[in-house]
Amino acid sequence: MFRYILRRIAYAIPIALSVSVVCFLLVHIAPGDPIDSIIPPDTPREVVEQVRKDYGLDKPLPVQYAVWLSRVVQGDLGRSIATRRLVAGDLILAARKTFVLAITAALLGFAVGILLGSTAAFYKGTWIDKACVAFAVAGVSIPHYWLGMVMVIFFSVLMNVFPAMGAGPGDWVWDREHLQYLVLPAITLACIPAGLLTRTVRGIVSEILSQDFVTTLRGKGLRNRTLALHIVKNGAPTILAVMGLQLGYLMGGSILVETIFSWPGTGSMLNAAIFRRDIPVIQGATLVLAMFFVMLNLIVDIMQTMIDPRIVRK
Amino acid sequence: MSEDLLVRAKNLNVKFVSRDATVHAVNGVDFQLAQREVLCILGESGSGKSVTLRAIMGLNPRGKTVVEGELNVCGQDVVGASEAQMSQLRGRQVAMIFQEPMTALDPVFTIGRQIAETIVRHESISYKDALARALDLLELVQIPSAKRRLEAYPHELSGGLRQRAMIAIALSCKPKLLLADEPTTALDATVQIQILLLLRRLQQELGMGVIFVTHDLGVAGEIADRIAVMYAGRFVEEGPVRDVMRAPLHPYAQGLLGATVHAGLRGKRLTTIPGAPPDLRAIAPGCSFAPRCAMVEAACRADLPNLRSPEPGRSARCIHVNEAA
Amino acid sequence: MSNVSTATPDSAGAIVSDPVKSQGYWRGVGKRVMRDKVTLVCGAILLVMLFLILFAPWIAPYDPLQGSMARRLKPVGWQGYLLGTDELGRDMLTRLMYGGRFSWFVGITPVVCAFTIGGTLGVLAGFVGGKINMLIMRATDVFYAFPSVLLAVAISGALGPGIFNAILSMTLVFIPPLIRVSESVTTSVRNLDYVESARATGANSFTIVRVHVLPNVLGPIFVYATTLVGVSMILASGLSFLGLGVKPPTPEWGMMLNTLRTAIYSQPLLATLPGICIFVTSLCFNLLSDGLRNAMDVRN
Ligand SMILES: Nc1ncnc2c1ncn2[C@@H]1O[C@H](COP(=O)(O)OP(=O)(O)OP(=O)(O)O)[C@@H](O)[C@H]1O
Ligand SMILES: [Mg+2]
Repeated sequence: MFRYILRRIAYAIPIALSVSVVCFLLVHIAPGDPIDSIIPPDTPREVVEQVRKDYGLDKPLPVQYAVWLSRVVQGDLGRSIATRRLVAGDLILAARKTFVLAITAALLGFAVGILLGSTAAFYKGTWIDKACVAFAVAGVSIPHYWLGMVMVIFFSVLMNVFPAMGAGPGDWVWDREHLQYLVLPAITLACIPAGLLTRTVRGIVSEILSQDFVTTLRGKGLRNRTLALHIVKNGAPTILAVMGLQLGYLMGGSILVETIFSWPGTGSMLNAAIFRRDIPVIQGATLVLAMFFVMLNLIVDIMQTMIDPRIVRK
Repeated sequence: MSEDLLVRAKNLNVKFVSRDATVHAVNGVDFQLAQREVLCILGESGSGKSVTLRAIMGLNPRGKTVVEGELNVCGQDVVGASEAQMSQLRGRQVAMIFQEPMTALDPVFTIGRQIAETIVRHESISYKDALARALDLLELVQIPSAKRRLEAYPHELSGGLRQRAMIAIALSCKPKLLLADEPTTALDATVQIQILLLLRRLQQELGMGVIFVTHDLGVAGEIADRIAVMYAGRFVEEGPVRDVMRAPLHPYAQGLLGATVHAGLRGKRLTTIPGAPPDLRAIAPGCSFAPRCAMVEAACRADLPNLRSPEPGRSARCIHVNEAA
Repeated sequence: MSNVSTATPDSAGAIVSDPVKSQGYWRGVGKRVMRDKVTLVCGAILLVMLFLILFAPWIAPYDPLQGSMARRLKPVGWQGYLLGTDELGRDMLTRLMYGGRFSWFVGITPVVCAFTIGGTLGVLAGFVGGKINMLIMRATDVFYAFPSVLLAVAISGALGPGIFNAILSMTLVFIPPLIRVSESVTTSVRNLDYVESARATGANSFTIVRVHVLPNVLGPIFVYATTLVGVSMILASGLSFLGLGVKPPTPEWGMMLNTLRTAIYSQPLLATLPGICIFVTSLCFNLLSDGLRNAMDVRN
C-alpha cells in the first residue's frame, strides 16, 4: 500500500514536468518573437537585450526551459505585460477566489448529482428515472455562460435579489454579505457537475444493483440501510475519481462563468490577459491551474487506493 | 399437518413482464417439502429452476415479476408478503447459496463482516459477539486458519474457500431451509466433492430441509431424498430418488436419465435430447415436450396432461402414465 | 477485476464485445433508432437547423451585416423583424442563421479532425503495442493532466484570436480522449481469438487491420466521437464568447451572446436568443448520440 502510494507519486513527477513543458511552450507558439510576448512593445532597446539575456532567450530551447523552470520553482512567474506587476502575487489572490467558487459549485453539483443519480438507479425505467436522466442531459448540454446570463436576468435584473457582479468588497470572507455574491455564479457553475454526476452515479449504482452479490445481500434479509452502505462502498472509488476530476475541471474551466459574473478569480484574470495578449499571465495561470489538477488527480488516486481493497492487489 | 411443511407450492406461476414480451418462466408448479427433506431439481438450462428458487425467497426482480398461485414457506405466505415480512424470513428461516461464489460475495467487505451483519440483523446480539460466531461458522465449514480469513476480502480466497464462506453466510442464523442453486458447478472436480460432502454433513447435523439444483446426476444421487425434473417451467416428474433414477416415467425424464441408470453416476452430466426447449414467451397449449417427444400423440398437443400418480409419492405429467387405481 | 483507478472514457468499451458485426446487426441498429422517438425528433430538429444555416444566403430575410441605428434593439416580432434586431440594428433571425454556420463549423470540425487523427493514433497504438503504444499513450497522459477548457483557452489565447486557431486548439483538446478510446477498443479486439489466429496464419498486418480490426472498432470510436459534438459546440461558442473565435462583425452565436450582454436590461429575451440556439443544438447532438449508443449496445 505504502509502496503503491510512493509509486503513484513517482509517476506524477514526469507528468508534472511535461505539463510545465507545455506551459513553457505557450510563449513560443504565440506568433512573433517570444520576447514580444513577455515585455511591452515600447520597452527601450537596452532593457530588451537585458531581458533577453536574463531569460536566456538567446540560447537554445532546452536551456531556455531550464532557466524558466528554475525561476518557476522559486515562485517567479514573470511580470504581466499590461500591469508590470508580478504574476505570482496576483495569481495567488485570484486562485483563492476561484477556489471558493469552484469548491462551492462542486459540492452543490455533487450533492444534487448523487441524489438524483442514485434515485434514478433505484427507480430505473420509471418516470422518476426518466426525469432525472432528462435533467442530466440538460445539465451537460447547457451552455453555462448562457445560463449565467439568464440567472442574472431573472435574479438580478427582474427580481433584484442577488448581485450580478463581483465577489463583494475586499477579501473573501464566509459571511452573509459575501455569500450573496456567490449564489448565482456557484449555481451556474454547478450545473455541469450536477448533470455529469447524475449520469455517472446512475450508471454506477444501477450496475452495482444488477450484480449477483446484491441478490445475496437481499437474500440475507438485510435492512435497506445496510444495503445502501454496501452500495456506497462499492461505488465510492469510481464516483470519487469522477468528483476529483470535476473539481479540477471547475477550477480550470471557470473562465466563462467568471467572465459573466465578473468574479475576480483566475478566470477573469485569464480573460483580461487574453484580451490584452498578456502571455506571461496566460502562461502563469495555466501552469498553476494545471498543477493543481495534477495534484488533485494524485490525491484522488491515493484515496481510491485506501478505500478500495481490490486495487492493492496489483 | 401443513405446519410441518417447509414449502408448500400450489399452482405456482412466475412471469416476467416487460414492454416487449412476457416470459412465462414457471407455469404451475406443485410440490411440498417436509422438514429435513432434500429435494433435487434437475432440468435443462432455462427450464426455470433458478426462478423457482428465487420465488421461494421472493428475490426475483421487483417491478417486472408477477407471482401467482399459492406459495407458503415456513408458515409464511410468500405471494402476498410485504418486503418487510420477507426480509424477516430471508437469512433467518431460509437461506440461499449460488453458483458463482466469485460474484455472489460483496467484493469490498471482509468475509467476517458479511457473516456478522446477517447475524446482527436477525438476532439481538452485538457486532463483536457476531464476529465470534462468524469465526465458529468458518470453522464449521472447515476453512483453514479461519481467524485470518475473517479479515480477508473475497478476492483473496480461492473458489472453493469462497463457496465455503458463502455456505457459512447462509448458515449463520441456522435456517430451516437451504436453497442451493448449482453450488458446485463453478468449482474444480475435487473441490466439488468436498463441498458436496460438507453440505450433506451439515444438512444432517443441522437438520435442514434443502432444495438443491444441479446438472449432475451423481450429485443428485448422493444427496437427494426426492428428485423433481423440470421442463419449460413445470415439474414434469417427481418422486423418490431411487425410483425416479431406476425407472423414470416421463419421456423427458427418460431421455435425461435413461442412459445412465447404472453404476458410476458420479460426475455424469445430464444427457442432451435432440431439439430445443420451447420459447417461454408464448406457451402453447398441451404438453410442452410434445415437439421433441418420440411418443407424441394428438392428445398431447390438445391439452396439458394433468399430474398422474402411478404409485404413492410419485407423479408425472404424461398421458402415457397410468393413474394408480 | 477492472482497474477502477484509471478513469478512461468508458462509453465506447461496452459496445465492442461482439466480434464482426453482421449486416443483420446494422439493420437491427437502424430498426432500434427508428423506434426511438426522442432520437428521431432530435435528428429532425438538427436537419431543419442545418437546412436553415446552409441556405441562409438564399432564405434569410435581411443582410446580416447591414444595420441601422434607427432600429436598434427592437423586440421580438417588431415590424417584420421576426426575432427583433440586435444592438446595431441588424436582423436577429438573419444573424442567427448566418451565425449558425460558424458555430456549427467550429463546433464540428475539431471533432472530425480529432476523430481522424486520434482514431488513427489510437488504433496504431492498440494494434502495434509495445514501444509505440507506450510513446503515444504517455503523450496522451500529458494532455489529460490539463482541464480541457483551460487547455483550449490557453492554446488559443497564446495563438491569438481566429477561427483557425480556435479549431486547432479544440482539436488538440479532443485528440487525447479519442486516442484513449480507440486504443482500448483496438486492444480488446486485437486479443479476440479470431484476430489472434489470423495473425498466427501469417496474414499481413495491413490486411488484418482492414478486414478484422477496423470494421469492429470504427463503430464504437465513431459513437464516442459523436458524444463529443455537444461539448464541442458549447466550447466553440464559449471561445468566441471570450473573443477567441470569429472577428466582429461576422455573426457567430457565442460572439453574439457576448455583444448582446449590454442588452440584458432593456431586451432580456433578445439577449438570450443565441444561447438558446447553442443549447438546443448541443442538447440535440447529445440526445442523438445517446440514442445511437443505446441502439448499438447489443445488451439492450
Ligand atoms: N429477471 C428475468 N427477466 C426475464 N426473464 C428471466 C429473468 N430471470 C430468468 N428469466 C427467464 O426465465 C427462464 C428460466 O430461467 P432460470 O434462470 O430459472 O433457468 P435455469 O433452469 O436456472 O437455467 P440454468 O440451468 O441455466 O441455471 C429463462 O428463459 C430466463 O431467460
Ligand atoms: Mg439457474
